[in-house]
Amino acid sequence: MARLSEFTGKRVLSDAGIAVPRGTLATSPAEAATAAESLGGAVVVKAQAWTTSRAAQGLIRFVESAAPAGEAAAAILATNAGGFPVNEILVEERVAIASERYAGIILDDRRRCPVLLISARGGSGIEEIAREHPEAVAELPLDVVEGLPLHAARELWRRVGVHGEEQRKLAESMVRLVAVARRLEARSAEINPLVLTADGRVMALDCRITLDDAAVFRHPDLGIDVARELGHPPTPLERIAWDVEKDDYRGTFYFLQMCERFGRGQRVVAFHGAGGGGSMMGMDALQRHGFSVANFCDTSGNPPASKVYRAARILLSQPGVDGYFGTGSGVASQEQFHSARGLVKAFLEEPLAVPAVVRLGGNGEEKAIEILTGYTKSLGVPVECYGKDTPVDVCAQRLEELVGSSTPPPPQAPRRRDKPVERPYTFKTPTGEVTYDHAVCTRCESKACVAACVPQILKLDDGGLPVLNVTLEEAARGRCTECLACEVDCRALGAGGGHVRLPVPGLDEYRASRGMQ
Amino acid sequence: MAILVNESTRVLVQGITGREGRARAKLMREYGTKVVAGCTPGRGGESVDGTPVYDTVVEALEATDGIDASVIFVPAPLVKDAALESIAAGIPLTVLVGDRVPVWDVMEIARAAERRGVDFLGPNTLGVLSVGKGVLGMIGGRAESARSWFTPGGVGVASRSGGMTSSTGYYLCRAGVGLTTLVHVGGDGIIGLPLPAVVRLFESDAETKCVALFGEIGGSQEERVAEMMESGEVTKPVVAFIGGRAATKGVRFSHAGAIVEGGRGTHAGKVAALREAGATVVDAFDALPAAVAKALEG
Repeated sequence: MARLSEFTGKRVLSDAGIAVPRGTLATSPAEAATAAESLGGAVVVKAQAWTTSRAAQGLIRFVESAAPAGEAAAAILATNAGGFPVNEILVEERVAIASERYAGIILDDRRRCPVLLISARGGSGIEEIAREHPEAVAELPLDVVEGLPLHAARELWRRVGVHGEEQRKLAESMVRLVAVARRLEARSAEINPLVLTADGRVMALDCRITLDDAAVFRHPDLGIDVARELGHPPTPLERIAWDVEKDDYRGTFYFLQMCERFGRGQRVVAFHGAGGGGSMMGMDALQRHGFSVANFCDTSGNPPASKVYRAARILLSQPGVDGYFGTGSGVASQEQFHSARGLVKAFLEEPLAVPAVVRLGGNGEEKAIEILTGYTKSLGVPVECYGKDTPVDVCAQRLEELVGSSTPPPPQAPRRRDKPVERPYTFKTPTGEVTYDHAVCTRCESKACVAACVPQILKLDDGGLPVLNVTLEEAARGRCTECLACEVDCRALGAGGGHVRLPVPGLDEYRASRGMQ
Repeated sequence: MAILVNESTRVLVQGITGREGRARAKLMREYGTKVVAGCTPGRGGESVDGTPVYDTVVEALEATDGIDASVIFVPAPLVKDAALESIAAGIPLTVLVGDRVPVWDVMEIARAAERRGVDFLGPNTLGVLSVGKGVLGMIGGRAESARSWFTPGGVGVASRSGGMTSSTGYYLCRAGVGLTTLVHVGGDGIIGLPLPAVVRLFESDAETKCVALFGEIGGSQEERVAEMMESGEVTKPVVAFIGGRAATKGVRFSHAGAIVEGGRGTHAGKVAALREAGATVVDAFDALPAAVAKALEG
């Protein structure tokens, strides 16, 4: 679920007719002070961080004038909220409060509809209120098409003891809140506290709105650049990963960083899962063997080798990991050799300098194991690959043994191909480019690429050199499935004339900024 | 017997002219499934590998001697209309294979299905496979893999993870425990036939003697299975594994969601609820086959 910041959420509520305090977004102490000045001095300074109990962490501060507002902003900007930096601050007018309530829309998996949940008591956590004051809480399942009738909202507030003018105003806000949730296709939309101000207005003092990742494409106006529930604002590497995924509908690539600050010897590993269930089992197994994961990653739904390659390159751009661990369900429906080729290309280019254990069980696993282990022998670090009959715990155990026993090889320069090509033969693929050096291909005896090409779009021309047997346009439009055999198998079995360039926008710059080659 | 699909189920494939629909229809047929018609708006009159294609679902229904299930292979944004069409035509079971179907679309589909009195499986499901009889969706990948991985027997498999549906089935069969039907209920939060509904079907299936569940953190499906066991609605032995123990720390649940479900959704809560209801819950997935074998004996 993508999440709206408090500031954006309030803008959305305000547009829908629910009042919110006047406020300004600031990114520096000076901006915060200026904002406080223009709001009249007495303000609340709030970190725009995705964490609960901000007040207890000093991430919400009440000040009386502009200069202390700047100081409060400086203190908040220097804080790490849940291990991630705070970059934005909301400076808001302070409001005199007559009563505090709660309202939220959530989606109920049991009744398969939205539910409006309200409480006559607001402010603190709604779970706590429900436990201690169940009489203050009421809920109403909603018809997903018909929405919320005003009379039903009035009756709901009456049930929790809210009467008169406040009941009427709250009910109107509920109809608006339901409309907002419907329009945004929210997974949840909570206002807490929902207050009646001393001057009689219903106002949202804080809100938390999460969106359906799968529907974000229908709401470009929200400016969600990474449609993922990450638990923190997207990191630079997560943005790079999302750019790989967002327009490539072939399979799924999910990437989330679990921690950024760690080093060698701390038993943190790069984790490459395939499928949600198998991935969670894999992380459980690693945990049982004393590892933690630098990231969560899932490439599944039959992704092309190129997507697995890009995922692996991103995973390997996390310096300090002690190993690389991959696993899926163990019995995958998809052909596993695609993943194997993607990993081989990434491992060789990097080159991989830590032990890797990858479980590629399922269709085509024999071939996958042969490719991944056979084609990575030059690395100087162990790369082990297992199939469906090896339990994930055995794989985690193997990684533990390898990490404990292996000495890291001396640093090696990346093995990316950047030397000039003597006799290029080039064609575009859906997301990259294949280049043969026919000067090298003339020396090749195996011509392994033609046989290994999964979609069979290569042939030997009259001179015995590999060329397309489809048009350039057909290859670019998807006849080339980016199986990577023309590079990976060529490198292992042929003369090494084939190369697939698969850019990952922003990755080289990111690596340079982190001191990686 | 078996549930949801068998050798006589007449199947419609919506989106049969697409890359995925064409390939999966072929795999379903190769496993023995009776694919009787396809539907793609605007492509009526064509034929895909011998299967006639119709413009609308009702047209397909009129041209055949009946349709028992429709499997939808269309891109996520188009799933809602395709599903509403199948439901409106009264097809008893619609399978939504697509991933990333917007959840508000799913709620509309659920509303329509309830009103029409029909079922749907998914979205985001690999589907359902009855061993040696038929498959709706894509469990097994290749037909020959599905044939070699799954052998007939008395255990029903229901899973919230697609990959783990095949895995659970494969490891059970390797341990000598055969299967009736494997069902992937779909990975999303809001789905058509959740674990409790599938367990109810297994309960009334004469061939199924025991149910193997692959559950996961979040939502309330496993707890609802436990409730059904406690109320006596489910009497067959249930053996379960719940994934995601290590993930609980990092995963956030909506507080409001937790309250509506009465504090449900945690790994520990699901394990406790199932155990209290009399299910066997294994801590290690690898222990599942032995536990199922034991439940079958006992």
